[in-house]
Amino acid sequence: MKLITAVVKPHRLDEIKEALQAFGVHGLTVTEASGYGRQRGHTEVYRGAEYTVDLVPKIRIEVLVEDDDAEQLIEVVVKAARTGKIGDGKVWCVPVDTAVRVRTGERGPDAL
Amino acid sequence: MPPGITIAADAPELSAANTGFMLICSALVMLMTPGLAFFYGGMVRVKSTLNMLMMSFISLGIVTVLWVLYGFSVAFGTDHGGLLGWDGDHVGLSGLGVNQLWDGYTIPVYVFAVFQLMFAVITPALISGALADRVKFTAWALFVVLWATVVYFPVAHWVWGAGGWAFELGVIDFAGGTAVHINAGAAALGVILVIGKRVGFKKDPMRPHSLPLVMLGAALLWFGWFGFNAGSWLGNDDGVGALMFLNTQVATAAAMLAWLLYEKIRHGACTTLGAASGAVAGLVAITPSGGSCSPLGAIAIGAIAGLLCAMAVGLKFRFGYDDSLDVIGVHLVGGVVGSVLVGFFATGGGQSDATGLFYGDHSLTQLWKQLAGVGAVLAYSLIASAVLALLIDKTLGMRVSEDVEVAGIDQAEHAETAYDFSGAGGGTAPRAAAPAPAADTPQAQAQAQRNKKVDA
Repeated sequence: MKLITAVVKPHRLDEIKEALQAFGVHGLTVTEASGYGRQRGHTEVYRGAEYTVDLVPKIRIEVLVEDDDAEQLIEVVVKAARTGKIGDGKVWCVPVDTAVRVRTGERGPDAL
Repeated sequence: MPPGITIAADAPELSAANTGFMLICSALVMLMTPGLAFFYGGMVRVKSTLNMLMMSFISLGIVTVLWVLYGFSVAFGTDHGGLLGWDGDHVGLSGLGVNQLWDGYTIPVYVFAVFQLMFAVITPALISGALADRVKFTAWALFVVLWATVVYFPVAHWVWGAGGWAFELGVIDFAGGTAVHINAGAAALGVILVIGKRVGFKKDPMRPHSLPLVMLGAALLWFGWFGFNAGSWLGNDDGVGALMFLNTQVATAAAMLAWLLYEKIRHGACTTLGAASGAVAGLVAITPSGGSCSPLGAIAIGAIAGLLCAMAVGLKFRFGYDDSLDVIGVHLVGGVVGSVLVGFFATGGGQSDATGLFYGDHSLTQLWKQLAGVGAVLAYSLIASAVLALLIDKTLGMRVSEDVEVAGIDQAEHAETAYDFSGAGGGTAPRAAAPAPAADTPQAQAQAQRNKKVDA
């Protein structure tokens, strides 16, 4: 199994969710995150003081998939997340030893 | 109150309309203090929200009690030398009759006392905005006691008390440009010169954590301010209260627009904080002046105040003093602008026949009076407040430790957290599968003690 993590622009969530559902993914986890990459932050003005806000809001999407689906799924996520502008985010993939469905105790791919 | 010798035919009678109006105005002014708490509370970072709210809210408790005990007497008792009032009947508000009228007016003394009380409550609260994130709550509470006693009550007497020197000189301060706003703004400057800057001032971005809260606070202030301003005429037997009400709206609108225009040109955006701040700057500036200027004059006063305050809030970064939420930039500057502009825009057709430079015989007389009032209140409040802060700093200590300040003052001083949006934890559903603990062994009892999270 693989864990695919995507840190992307918050407003792309619905697109990505729909693309994943179309692909056949049954579940995912979304966390609100903040960070910066090459785009750095942005400037905000409060009573004339200009603040550089370098942590911009992002969402972190995590999906567990079977090994064979991983590459294709990464493409699906990247395609749905892309706006072409700076700050679109990152997607990465790591191997996972095991997974357990809490309710039934099923393990491995059966737990997905 | 001294037994006024009035000819029976001239003695005012109680007006139910004026009394009812003034009771409502008192409630409106009361609402300004929580409004101010929200205005300030939204502007600080999450970790000191509660402290900011409490610094205003506590004033409702402390000053109310002081006012009954001796505050009303010092501010509005029989004059002594133009500087202080004092009257045995006013102490504890105990010698006042239910039907006794405020001297020369058609409302009971009780109504006048409670209306003025609300002013005394909000004025120390205004100072707190400059002291965000870093002042011990007990030290602040003590400061409120001392400041109200040494600064507010006497200054209110100067400006509004019969026999007070500024009142007798003819300084025009309709609803508190000097006594409330310059007074609080100068006090804020005095205190921060003693206690210093927040940790990370000018280095860390200190973004307001909730601009909607700021907007809500500004809106409540605006609403309450109609009572503050129009009520200060103490009745509606003529149109002066209505003129003040109208001008309050007009100047506030103009000031908000001026602030936003300045921001748009200077920084490229019309900000919510700018709109809220501009509105408050306009409210401050029209407070001393709205009973003496025309509606067009109110537009000018509001616009000038909005522009100058928008420029003034940047000064703290240039001079390096940490007026955290711009009490000086908005209240001191706005109060000075409004008080001084009376000397230009007084038409002579409002609260009195005194005219400013632009009207009547184009004399500077009223302007000099205004400057005298402004200068005296500013200097006295600045010095007295700095001395009081220094006294408390040398004894109790004004500031929390640096660790507490950085971690957030709410937890250390109030033992609370402003927001808990976390859904984690708190599941109390009994789990059938969990083994029942044997509660009688000492080990099990010790374990239960450790797991216990509520001591109530």
